[in-house]
Amino acid sequence: MRLVPVPDVTTQDAISVADVSHVYVRSDEGVVQTLNAVSLNVRKGELLCLIGPSGCGKSTLLNIVGGLVSPTAGEVRVHGHPVRGPAPKEIAYVFQENTLFPWNTILDNIKVALEFQGVPAAERQDRAKQAIEAVGLSEFANSYPHQLSGGMKQRASLARALSLQTDILLMDEPFAALDEQTRTYLGEELSVLLAATNKTIVLVTHSLSEAVFLADRVVVMTARPAEIKATISIKAPHPREPNFTTSPEFSDLRNEIYALLRDEIEKTVGGFVGRAAARDRERRAVAGERRPKS
Amino acid sequence: MKPRRFDWHARAIRVGFVLALLLFWYYLGRSGAVSAIFLPQLPRVAEKFVQILQSASFYNNLAVTLFELIVAVAIASLFGLTIGYLVGRSRYAVLVFEPLLAGIFAVPIIVFLPVFMLFFGIDIESKIAFGATYAFFPIVLNTIGGISQVDPRFITVSRSMGANEQQLFRRVLLPAALPVIVTGLRIGATIGFLAILGSEMIAGLRGLGSRVANLAEGMNTAEMFAYIVFVIILAGMLNLTLSTMQSRFAGPRNAS
Repeated sequence: MRLVPVPDVTTQDAISVADVSHVYVRSDEGVVQTLNAVSLNVRKGELLCLIGPSGCGKSTLLNIVGGLVSPTAGEVRVHGHPVRGPAPKEIAYVFQENTLFPWNTILDNIKVALEFQGVPAAERQDRAKQAIEAVGLSEFANSYPHQLSGGMKQRASLARALSLQTDILLMDEPFAALDEQTRTYLGEELSVLLAATNKTIVLVTHSLSEAVFLADRVVVMTARPAEIKATISIKAPHPREPNFTTSPEFSDLRNEIYALLRDEIEKTVGGFVGRAAARDRERRAVAGERRPKS
Repeated sequence: MKPRRFDWHARAIRVGFVLALLLFWYYLGRSGAVSAIFLPQLPRVAEKFVQILQSASFYNNLAVTLFELIVAVAIASLFGLTIGYLVGRSRYAVLVFEPLLAGIFAVPIIVFLPVFMLFFGIDIESKIAFGATYAFFPIVLNTIGGISQVDPRFITVSRSMGANEQQLFRRVLLPAALPVIVTGLRIGATIGFLAILGSEMIAGLRGLGSRVANLAEGMNTAEMFAYIVFVIILAGMLNLTLSTMQSRFAGPRNAS
């Protein structure tokens, strides 16, 4: 099954990815194809989640959209313009690990980001403070990253991205390095925060719950070379309440996505686990789901 | 960070060690077990020390050596930081030049001292060139290390936010590499000081090193030791200044 989203009216799309393939050559792995003719559109104000097995090329796709990696074939357009490199006025990033500069305070980290983006010096202080306040870190504005917990650091990274006031936010597994309670809580916060901003967001994750909880649409990708396997719409309105996670709708969606992912994960983890899993399945039907290993 | 109390203990032990050494020297001299020509008595050295502090020739020699050191470290820094930065920015250049420079540094460059003398003469120019050569290597190697080991994610994130080359250097590469570079400067200055004193002692007209060598040849060991004590104090001051600088630049960065 391969659902290519119906092309919308182009002007309504914040991002359009057309037939993007990506290949790289490495001395130890030879030629590796990460993406195979991927096409997708992201509507304005939509939160799109990319989910797929580890190493499938989700992050590569995100980096191509952000202009950090060039596609081998195909084209990405942001607001109708082809992407030829980083577009700091239009696109902000939140990366997986903490990428705050350890030599700067949280406030200075954001001010430096604004300087990079080309914001006049006079505006930086106020905008940085607003962004810090928006994520509830005012108390820690003058702290250094190493003085903050993992969750706070990611909140500060989010503040940095928000301060840039871009229409598009790309998030590459922003909560992957955090423990489950923290990431659930930050997910709830993010849902509230983003519902107010009307940003277009592409979020890469391998957490099923995170995808269902946050996304308007979830794009399920296949194992490498990644193609789009299916696209699932999630209709629940934003911001989503924590009790959404306990609803039958939530677990149905989660199971549906996991079922789509399962074969791909098996392909990725390879022979021995795959065979073991197949034997396992014969012996007893797998009830519920198992967390994909990162 | 360690509690203050341990700082205090550690300092007391260090001071105690130096005092014990001085005490040992004092009693060894008094006991007469070692000839005063080899190891002059501590009070004699102290007396000479006060004397040399009042002599003009001492200040001339001190000025010469300090001048050589400052110029040598300045030259070594200029070349070391520039070359280190240029090499450190390119992964290929690091691959080519880092082992080459480390290899040359492993050679005892002191065997080339006569060559330095031939090219630069016997006066201070050869000392500056020799000291600068020695100081250059730790500076360039640490600069290469510091710049090339900047976390690539910092560079990616900066580019994604629109940083240009100049901003990348000032806001990312320099602060990220600074602690390692400052360590290189510290080691460079220390080794440069050693190289300058050594070359002065081997063949020199002026400077603290040649003064020590002259006094030794004249069997004037009490005054020689007074100079040595002064060199030790000077080295201690140099080290203290550089390590203060180092801890300042290490800044607020534990594990990120």
